[in-house]
Amino acid sequence: MAVREDALNPPSFTLRQKLWQMHWMFILLLAATASVGFLMLYSAAGGNIDPWASRQMMRFGVGMVVLITVAVIDIRLWLKYAYVFYLATVALLVAVEFMGEVGKGAQRWLDLGYFGLQPSELMKIALVLALARYFHGTSIEDVRRIPLLFVPLLLIAAPAALVLRQPDLGTALMLIITGAVIFFAAGVRIWKFLMVGIIAVGAAPIAWGFLRDYQKQRVLTFLNPESDPLGSGYHIIQSKIAFGSGGLFGKGFLQGTQSHLNFLPEMQTDFIFTMLAEEFGLAGGLALLGLYVVILIYGLAISVRCRTQFGRLVGIGVTATFFLYVFINMAMVMGLVPVVGVPLPLISYGGTAMLTLLFGFGLLMGTWIHRDVMVGRRGLGDDV
Amino acid sequence: MHGDQERQKLFARRTVMLVGGKLVLVSMLAGRMYYLQVVKAEQYKMLADENRISLRLLAPPRGRIVDRFGIPLADNKQNYRVMLVSEDTRGLGVDGALDLLHAIVPMSTGERRRVLKEVKRNRSFVPVTLRENLEWEDVARIEVNAPDLPGVMIDEGQSRFYPYSQNLAHVLGYVSAVSEREKTGDRLLELPGFRTGKSGIEKIHDLSLRGSGGSSEVEVNAYGRVIRELNRREGLPGAEVRMTIDVGLQLAVADRLSKEVSASAIVLDVHTGDVLAMVSHPSFDPNDFNRGLGVDEWNTLINSPAAPLSNKAIAGRYSPGSCFKMLVALTALERGVISPTGKVYCEGHMELGDTKFHCWRKGGHGLVDVTSAISQSCDVYFYEVARRVGIDRIAEMAIRFGLGDATGLDLPGEKQGLVPTKAWKREARDQSWHQGETLLAGIGQGYVLTTPLQLAVMTARLVNGGFAVSPQLTKSVSTTGVHAVPEHHEFPQIGINARNLALVRDAMTQVVNTPQGTAHASAIQDPRYTMGGKTGTVQVRRITKAEREQGVVKNKDLPWEERDHALFVGFAPADNPRYAVAVVVEHGGGGSSVAAPIARDILLTAQRRQSARDIPISQTSGSQAALDLRGNEDSVRPVAGES
Repeated sequence: MAVREDALNPPSFTLRQKLWQMHWMFILLLAATASVGFLMLYSAAGGNIDPWASRQMMRFGVGMVVLITVAVIDIRLWLKYAYVFYLATVALLVAVEFMGEVGKGAQRWLDLGYFGLQPSELMKIALVLALARYFHGTSIEDVRRIPLLFVPLLLIAAPAALVLRQPDLGTALMLIITGAVIFFAAGVRIWKFLMVGIIAVGAAPIAWGFLRDYQKQRVLTFLNPESDPLGSGYHIIQSKIAFGSGGLFGKGFLQGTQSHLNFLPEMQTDFIFTMLAEEFGLAGGLALLGLYVVILIYGLAISVRCRTQFGRLVGIGVTATFFLYVFINMAMVMGLVPVVGVPLPLISYGGTAMLTLLFGFGLLMGTWIHRDVMVGRRGLGDDV
Repeated sequence: MHGDQERQKLFARRTVMLVGGKLVLVSMLAGRMYYLQVVKAEQYKMLADENRISLRLLAPPRGRIVDRFGIPLADNKQNYRVMLVSEDTRGLGVDGALDLLHAIVPMSTGERRRVLKEVKRNRSFVPVTLRENLEWEDVARIEVNAPDLPGVMIDEGQSRFYPYSQNLAHVLGYVSAVSEREKTGDRLLELPGFRTGKSGIEKIHDLSLRGSGGSSEVEVNAYGRVIRELNRREGLPGAEVRMTIDVGLQLAVADRLSKEVSASAIVLDVHTGDVLAMVSHPSFDPNDFNRGLGVDEWNTLINSPAAPLSNKAIAGRYSPGSCFKMLVALTALERGVISPTGKVYCEGHMELGDTKFHCWRKGGHGLVDVTSAISQSCDVYFYEVARRVGIDRIAEMAIRFGLGDATGLDLPGEKQGLVPTKAWKREARDQSWHQGETLLAGIGQGYVLTTPLQLAVMTARLVNGGFAVSPQLTKSVSTTGVHAVPEHHEFPQIGINARNLALVRDAMTQVVNTPQGTAHASAIQDPRYTMGGKTGTVQVRRITKAEREQGVVKNKDLPWEERDHALFVGFAPADNPRYAVAVVVEHGGGGSSVAAPIARDILLTAQRRQSARDIPISQTSGSQAALDLRGNEDSVRPVAGES
């Protein structure tokens, strides 16, 4: 057995081999999506490459370097340092609590001189790594024992609570759901999810009490945006108008009236999908959604193809995060869920989300490159 | 290894379930897109257009009002305003710009506070008005300094202007800012600076004068800044109203009345009913109303005893006094109660029961027939005639001559007057009619009330051959500026025996042109311009028996408001009447001494202007001639002499 494992598990691929192993089709898809983003940022600036499109291109370039770097690092190393990474990120979240920059009424940024760091974004990756590592080391039987679920639940709850304090409802929800997806993929019994779901519904009124006023307002506005057409309902009403007025094929590139006449808020960030839908219509919207679905399916296929539980769970976690970005953002701008401030992945203007995602896809790519590498319980240098 | 294979299988199963779940969510997104962009697309397209397209109304220029010869009476004047756009003040800031402007157009601290408040309330690209109605010099100085005054700009608008100010105020009325009550939902009325007619011709023809607003469809952004104009529809300028007024005559009449405390006069064309002049003195300047009156100015106007705001020519109600006697005479003649030569003896008073009814002449007129009774205004003759005819027949005649009801002049605010009957008294006072009241009515006193306009109409009907002419102020309303000649309007006959009418007219001529006539002093000597008429002096107080015995107090010894009203109705030329005039001087004293000379001057001016116009156009051209000849005798005479 050992011999065979060694054969399948060469101690190290060369860098060239790893690059050759890279899933270039997947990277092409990411680049295509990002290009849609550049196009929309160009439009958002009124037909200007500055100030957004140019900087977004640079960020995408940096992000690609991060992706490749993360991908070629041995998967076992990620496993080994998963908890360290997780704890470090939690520490950053605590730091944000004390010395974070306040932006839009919430503490989210850590000013690191040259750039602002958003630890809550990093947390999305750290949590996936930590949970993957935890479930990598548990057998099917272990997963079915409730006491063994306390640790991973705590892994989710701690950062979720910290993020909620910032307060950032969107990210907190994403952390919880991503965690739940990993639980699900790891084999936790379905009835347990149902039970938690029932408890959550029961506890909702209590949770309501913990929400900040502006968060409550968002939920209320979501339920009835017309109640406050000039206040907090304004964004979503204008977004729906922009969306609907796009029709089947849109008003044409650079011709979106809602966006270019400033009726649409935040069109370069959270509401960029609205602008795309206004200018390219249903056809454009569905095309982008299709692109996202293809990326998603590739991601899941890569996960399933992986031979280690760690890799599979990282893959499923990263794709889940990606999917949540897409779903929450699109549902939000179309008025299906409250406005929670989640950007559209690879397209919305903004560095942190882009880096987070490409970091995540780097890990996914790493599991692809190292799909046949057997990984011990504690990662590199550990016996099976 | 076995365990891991099982985990992998479980993972694969769970992943398939997750994929299923995600696809459900993705189809939700796609469904939502379809719903928004296909099902609801039309609705949202409309909303998007509503967002971006803003309809701006363009105010149409208000129509002019011109006199019968085309001379503008109400016009639009360029009005310059200085505005400030705060975002364009650059480094200066609003305060800096105001400081610089202060050196050119001084502003009070109160004004400055208002401006700063408005600047704060509006978005930075919205112009805020600093000062309206700038003098041309200030405009020029601001324009010259424009490079040093960033954000300050001059805006041109139009404002209503009445060149003849107070001389036509009651006829034209005035315009002022739209009141809340007037707002009908017409967006034109919501325009800042829009004016509507509040009285006079401005009010009655307000809708025509307004015109219809054009519109400019502009694309605006979310902050209301105009990006570009998409569409423009020009409005229709207001129609031009051509009046029957002859502004030259109007000015002459106004000038003549200005010597009195409170008076009014009307000149009518006896055949067409055209009101050639209508003056109520004192007056006001309608330009002030357009500008907006201060509280003090308003209080002064409102509290003046001479009521400058009231158009006394149509809203002043006076007993007609002796001016009523022609109607009493006509009633009796028509009914055969008196004959043209039938005489009554006047001994200075008449007794009815225990009451003595006095003639104005203490010693009496002796034997008088209808002609001399009118020309000498014998009261006793008319007491007797009225007694014989009865009040109801007199009332019937008065109504046929246009008294007792509004004449229907196209001007708001006309009063009805009153022609009393037995039935009226029963109904209004719940009292039966006394014969003494018939006697009083016989000399135009008592309950009878008439407006100067009604008296002018009555006079016109008496002398125009018996046509029921009715007065008018509007000749035509034209949207093109070309006025069609109005169709000749044939008025119905009143149905009075022509001989009787001629008799009365002749008597009126004698009032002026015989030495015994009450207005002989005011006779026009030029045989081309002779006039006829009737004086009237109306008591506004009761003369007690005691006073009468001691001698009636002279008018000049009474306080103004107790003096008699002086009235005169007249016409000219005497042999072929063209003009009718009614003059009422409130508390002016005697009709013959005060009102008759005014009527004479007016009729003389009217006829001379006519003569001046009758000369060939090559010598004086149309409307210019009319303006030059403001009834000023010096300027009229040479021209008239040439004709």
